[in-house]
Amino acid sequence: MTRDMAFFEFLCRMGDNTLVLGHRVSEWCGHAPVLEEDIALANTALDLIGQTQMWLGLAGEVEGEGRSADDLAMLRDAWDFRNVLLAEQPNGDFGQTMMRQYLFDQAHVLLLQKLAGSSDERVAGIAAKAVKEVAYHVERSRDTVIGLGDGTSESHRRMQAALDLLWPYAGEMFTDDEVSGIMAGEGIAPEPSSLRAAWDAAVQETMSEATLVIPDSDFAHAGGKTGFRHSEHLGHMLTQMQWLQRAYPGARW
Amino acid sequence: MSSPNAAYPDTPDQATKPKRHEWPLWEVFIRGQHGMSHRHVGSLHAPDADMAVKNARDVYTRRNEGVSIWVVEARHIAASSPSDKGPLYEPSESKVYRHPTFFDIPEEVGAM
Repeated sequence: MTRDMAFFEFLCRMGDNTLVLGHRVSEWCGHAPVLEEDIALANTALDLIGQTQMWLGLAGEVEGEGRSADDLAMLRDAWDFRNVLLAEQPNGDFGQTMMRQYLFDQAHVLLLQKLAGSSDERVAGIAAKAVKEVAYHVERSRDTVIGLGDGTSESHRRMQAALDLLWPYAGEMFTDDEVSGIMAGEGIAPEPSSLRAAWDAAVQETMSEATLVIPDSDFAHAGGKTGFRHSEHLGHMLTQMQWLQRAYPGARW
Repeated sequence: MSSPNAAYPDTPDQATKPKRHEWPLWEVFIRGQHGMSHRHVGSLHAPDADMAVKNARDVYTRRNEGVSIWVVEARHIAASSPSDKGPLYEPSESKVYRHPTFFDIPEEVGAM
């Protein structure tokens, strides 16, 4: 694999994570349990979509085949997506959404902090802008996980169920492969495994404050960020997200 | 897989519809980019002060409106009664000499 091929893959991973999770979060718009959370979730979704434009825009540039961020977002099919499986998991109830958000945000903020010092100026620039947004995302999702985990019996039960359900999807964020090896060698991005210890420590602290028990298992689903095998949910999500460009190719506002 | 924490022994096995508890109401005050004082911008619901500040950030500063947020739980605000309007405010209507418009403010004082 050449450097540029790996760089393109890496940028798709960054942009597809934010695109798919951003779309998922946007599904709450108008449906959240309270008005305040509805607006907060919409803000988070918009931040993520904004970051997607930057990551996928750069991906198209690196690829050099004239594809724009919109082309990459709206005209690829499920097997070309490089997001982690966690991002595409369905929203479930509000607690499940916030648990998914926290597990992702905590890894996202650690990664962006490192990327802000990337050897590639464009990557460093995007990360420096995104990390401010994500620092707020993780503060909010963390507080909500603690508030609901250490809340009522009902909210505690739901948050524990969400953690049990989503835990097997967290490990994929920290696996290394050829792409990440090349990125680390070039000084563009750290090996994902190097972020694991800091993530574990932060998640451990949050869950103990939330009175939630982390499942005693290292098992991790794989196949999202390599595109080898996405879960069934991604295809269904793309039919919603992409239908307009599929039905009316080239349609503009 | 783990079981729910032992601190919650009354956690039901079956999902039951939770009772809806309203969060308290908070009044939100924001100091704008160029403003000297915090101004009341509206209200929202939140479970505690921390979340009220976060919610205020998301609801009232989306368009770069503020540099500082205050929140006060609405029940802590003491307000005058509308029915006392007469005795409270009417006596000052006829006292124009209370307006500081009868003397010049020296320029070096600056904005007041």
